[in-house]
Amino acid sequence: MAQFTRGFGSRRRDADPDLPPGQYLTTDFPVLSAGPTPRIPLSEWSFSIRTETGETARWSWDEFTALPSEEVSTDIHCVTRWSKLGTSWRGVALDTLFEEVETSFDYVMAHSYGGYTTNVPLEDLLDGKAWIAYEFDGEPLDPEHGGPARLLVPHLYFWKSAKWVRGLVMQQHDDPGFWEQNGYHLRGDPWLEERYW
Amino acid sequence: MRTTGWLAARIAAVRPTTSHARVLTLDVPGWPGNDPGQHLDIRLTAEDGYQAERSYSIASSGPGERVELAVDTVPDGEVSPYLVDVAEVGDMLEVKGPLGAYFVWHESDPDPVQLVAGGSGIVPLLAMARAHDRSESPVPFRLLYSVRSPDDALYRDEILDLAGRSLDLTWAYTRAAPEGWPEPVGRLTPDRVAAATWPPARHPLTFICGPTRFVEAAADAMVAAGHDPARVRTERFGG
Ligand SMILES: Cc1cc2nc3c(=O)[nH]c(=O)nc-3n(C[C@H](O)[C@H](O)[C@H](O)COP(=O)(O)OP(=O)(O)OC[C@H]3O[C@@H](n4cnc5c(N)ncnc54)[C@H](O)[C@@H]3O)c2cc1C
Repeated sequence: MAQFTRGFGSRRRDADPDLPPGQYLTTDFPVLSAGPTPRIPLSEWSFSIRTETGETARWSWDEFTALPSEEVSTDIHCVTRWSKLGTSWRGVALDTLFEEVETSFDYVMAHSYGGYTTNVPLEDLLDGKAWIAYEFDGEPLDPEHGGPARLLVPHLYFWKSAKWVRGLVMQQHDDPGFWEQNGYHLRGDPWLEERYW
Repeated sequence: MRTTGWLAARIAAVRPTTSHARVLTLDVPGWPGNDPGQHLDIRLTAEDGYQAERSYSIASSGPGERVELAVDTVPDGEVSPYLVDVAEVGDMLEVKGPLGAYFVWHESDPDPVQLVAGGSGIVPLLAMARAHDRSESPVPFRLLYSVRSPDDALYRDEILDLAGRSLDLTWAYTRAAPEGWPEPVGRLTPDRVAAATWPPARHPLTFICGPTRFVEAAADAMVAAGHDPARVRTERFGG
């Protein structure tokens, strides 16, 4: 039973069915990351997926952007409580990338330039649920927001959508990534409010 | 320390710290204690069941069932004007925490510490500076605190007090400085950040906290000055 707070509620925000519990709407695009923003020249950028056999599929920027891409319009939800509705992105579906990958492992660790990591079950990345996005609102993705390219897993809290992503490593167990070791939930479903341990 | 559910909290004391910010002390039975730099979530519930949740850094640290917060008013905000202008001693709310294990200073850390605060971003950094002041740790602490004007600094007197003892302090003013202030008034530039912080050769651990744009600019400036990005920790308050 929640504790009532005397005198609170006069400036309440309207409820919105598109907002998961505990979230509020922002029209801004807040930046949340654990450290400074890395800046990676496209000539040095690559993206890879490594499996349990050590086999690594790797794409240069030109190879990557030559892959079939999709336009994605979606809501995003940050664990620090802002949500942004109807954002538009362009990226390569993880389904497309995993066509070239053989694995029996069920979990993925995403690794970023700058050292960030986050774990995601493979089933949260496939079947049209996730992309490596490189455009936002029709423009190349800003470094602040994870450019050249970031993971986009909109049905989970946004810390899973690793900025500056450089590769995925298949793992047998759902070992925790950076924020998952530092207080955040292992999976992070906003509709279930899976914020913290 | 693992997170439990929501804990009932009673406001035990309130005091203004600027004309638009307030220090709140909460009694939280069952609070497990917290490390300097951690935050908590607050949940407010109106009489009709309507709820709002927000995150606030904790200005206090260590064991005990008291926690101190400092809240700055966001004009047009929903929760901060309530906490700053309406809430009184004896009012009840709920908290969850402590949260976060990364933006934390540990007494045993051997490296010098650089704190960089913008506005209410001082709160978790003050928790660290207080813990350092109480501790046996010999490492030097340095604070660069950017505020609009002298009167806009949260915890101004206490910071000056710490600066007389255990903290190397630099103010930066973005709108109005005291008379005769030698530095330019305005947003921090990379050069001023570099001049007011430890050089990379000292290998400091840096904590930067404040509004998103402030944090972004200060963190970029530290990296441009040659600091290892992995040693620059940030907490963004949004806005
Ligand atoms: C980890 C953490 C620690 C924090 N610690 C403190 C603290 O110690 N002291 C303090 O005063 N504040 C702190 N904040 C900010 C605090 O959580 C609230 O965001 C702030 O008090 C405003 O809440 P509000 O309900 O008054 O405004 P709201 O009604 O939520 O917002 C008003 C408007 O301000 C903008 N805004 C406010 N907060 C954000 C945000 N987080 N992201 C993006 N836009 C935003 C939005 O445009 C919004 O429409 C912290 C935030 C985080 C994430």
